[in-house]
Amino acid sequence: MALPVADRSTAKPTSTFGFIFKKAALSALVALALFSLMIGIRTEAGPSGQLIYWTRFGDLAAIVAAVFVGSILIELLRQWLGPAGTRTIVPPRITEGLSVASRFLAPALLVFALLVPVTFYNQRYLLDLGILVLTYVMLGWGLNVVVGLAGLLDLGYVAFYAVGAYSYALLAQYGLPLPLLSTAYPFITVEHLQLGPWAFWVLLPVSGLLAALWGVLLGFPVLRLRGDYLAIVTLAFGEIIRLVILNWQDLTGGPNGISGIPRPTLFGIPLNPGPHGLAGMLGIPFSPTHRLVFLFYLILALALLTNWVAIRLRRLPIGRAWEAMREDEVACRALGINITTTKLSAFATGAMFGGFAGAFFATRQGFISPESFTFQESALVLAIVVLGGMGSQLGVALAALTMIGGFELFRGLEQYRMLVFGGVMVLLMIWRPRGLVGHRAPSVFLHRERTSISSDMVKEGRG
Amino acid sequence: MDYFFQQLINGLVLGSIYGLIAIGYTMVYGIVGMINFAHGDIFMIGGFIALITFLVLVSIGLTFVPVILLVVLLVSMAVTALYGWTVERIAYRPLRQSFRLAPMLSAIGMSFVLSNFSQVAQGARVKPIPPVITGGYTLHESAAGFAVQLSNVQIVVVVTTVVLLAIFTWLVARTRFGRDMRACEQDQTMAALLGVDVDRTISMTFVIGAALAAVAGMMYLLYYGLVDFFMGFVAGIKAFTAAVLGGIGSLPGAMLGGLAIGLIETFWSAYCSVEYKDVAAFSILIIVLIFLPTGLLGRPEVEKV
Repeated sequence: MALPVADRSTAKPTSTFGFIFKKAALSALVALALFSLMIGIRTEAGPSGQLIYWTRFGDLAAIVAAVFVGSILIELLRQWLGPAGTRTIVPPRITEGLSVASRFLAPALLVFALLVPVTFYNQRYLLDLGILVLTYVMLGWGLNVVVGLAGLLDLGYVAFYAVGAYSYALLAQYGLPLPLLSTAYPFITVEHLQLGPWAFWVLLPVSGLLAALWGVLLGFPVLRLRGDYLAIVTLAFGEIIRLVILNWQDLTGGPNGISGIPRPTLFGIPLNPGPHGLAGMLGIPFSPTHRLVFLFYLILALALLTNWVAIRLRRLPIGRAWEAMREDEVACRALGINITTTKLSAFATGAMFGGFAGAFFATRQGFISPESFTFQESALVLAIVVLGGMGSQLGVALAALTMIGGFELFRGLEQYRMLVFGGVMVLLMIWRPRGLVGHRAPSVFLHRERTSISSDMVKEGRG
Repeated sequence: MDYFFQQLINGLVLGSIYGLIAIGYTMVYGIVGMINFAHGDIFMIGGFIALITFLVLVSIGLTFVPVILLVVLLVSMAVTALYGWTVERIAYRPLRQSFRLAPMLSAIGMSFVLSNFSQVAQGARVKPIPPVITGGYTLHESAAGFAVQLSNVQIVVVVTTVVLLAIFTWLVARTRFGRDMRACEQDQTMAALLGVDVDRTISMTFVIGAALAAVAGMMYLLYYGLVDFFMGFVAGIKAFTAAVLGGIGSLPGAMLGGLAIGLIETFWSAYCSVEYKDVAAFSILIIVLIFLPTGLLGRPEVEKV
């Protein structure tokens, strides 16, 4: 809408104390009505199955008071900062500074990541956390291809993660089925090839390809859908995959999951205490940290592969077609770009990296169950991509670090975690809908000069 | 045949609950063009409010069931409507001019906030209540001993739904608010120029949607006798499926879609497999969107460039 919007703070001389007080009182009243039943009264199933309740009016009063004070503070802040706008939060000068710094930040982060196992060799907890962060970095970069580059909102990304994990787990357990043309029968017989120590390295690409296949399978039906509809269908797809895994007990073990998934080997050399393990062959004393270090470098390599492929693809015709489709699908089609292949390739590429990450997850955990592949996981990865600025590789990495690191910091407050997570997502959409390091420059320009387009100015296409 | 009729009754009852939730989705989509992802959790909140009110009323010594039901209905509608209003005010209104996917993502965040709020506030365990409305009628008994039952709860659910739908239809078709709502649905700028308070109309849409979801939550509580903090997610997706099946934006379509989803789910559980009933419902969503994107009663969306 091009209507001139009046500056609210000047239009209404409302900065009086009375107005602020009235507003805060009103907020407190609403809070009282909202919470008096949900917080003031706590229900629980008693010992005999009978429902009992007790009152918590102290908590209720505290929360209502907090809303009252908070409302006054927010109103004062708002009047102090002037009318709310995205630019006031992070001034353009800082954004510019960030984009300059980001040129040095990325190599610095990479060097830091490479040195983590050396520096923190004795801190298993930190190594584990690093592996977790890198897994989400990889998932974020994979989903970024679909959401950030191609502009397709995918709420079921975890399905491909699950496909990758279960592909690896099942194929490692049962062996790789190889169709053989038997001479004795005129039929093709299937032989299960046990892969032994090479299981991970053979099945990693297989898992990725299977996930990509599922990506195409999802892509076909949703070719004509856009925006919200696409999001809901991908969500339904993710749930279908999870429910099938949960209920197909003969194959997947249902809710019990699959355990005893083979650990990865260093190209055939196992990382175990035996004489044929890596430690035994090198003649050094065995330590379980070796495996952690190995896993760390493995996921770092996989994540960097994802990053490299995504950056290279952006410069290829297919990547440019993705970006064009994100900006305006109708115009893109009018220019003769084949929307079908463009969309399917985006889904397949994103899904493939999800599959790789899934196979890695399975081999790291040694145990998988449907619980690891819920919608919350999809939302978390999506939040990382959104927080990272949808399309910025560095932003996604930083967002994953912030999110997963933040989750770890608040580990003690387990039950408030998702509450805060949801709240942060809402606030983020209100204050910085383009992410904290939002920077989405199209890869190709007509003129030589590469003017960096700030995220604040980029309007969303009808994707 | 008797088994079939029994499933038909069960399906229609379940379908009315879905239909009540679906109306909230379809109204909001019609007026602001977003999927209110948190609507399923509003339904869950409605169930919790009904449960707590019921518990309080019983403990202060009220025993006359119709009065209890009426008070629970009114309280849960009012409080849940306030939740709907607050959610719109906090999470959606500031984003009205934002980019297209922002409200959707904000709604996902809000859905997490609501479901985890009730987990924190009321605990993660399932909350059962003893049956409030008991008894029923045996409609037909076959020679094999299988009886088609129509319980009083089922009658209450269906009657409440029908009455509320009548009130709601009157509200949309005959009142000033309904006219404002339909005007905003067609063209918000034009409606604003002609003196319609767009913000208030959108708020009211959320309030009414939430009130209907609260009724659905209470009916769910009466029918199944339990609530838990996670029930909003699956019910929400199914109700959204119902809204899409009926044609999103169409109010009778939402109810029709709700009944269809309820019937499909019930018959699938009865004749195929209980484990895959959710898979069946989600598959229908995908199939409908592919082959019938405008739904049963929806208008085709014109693509403007």
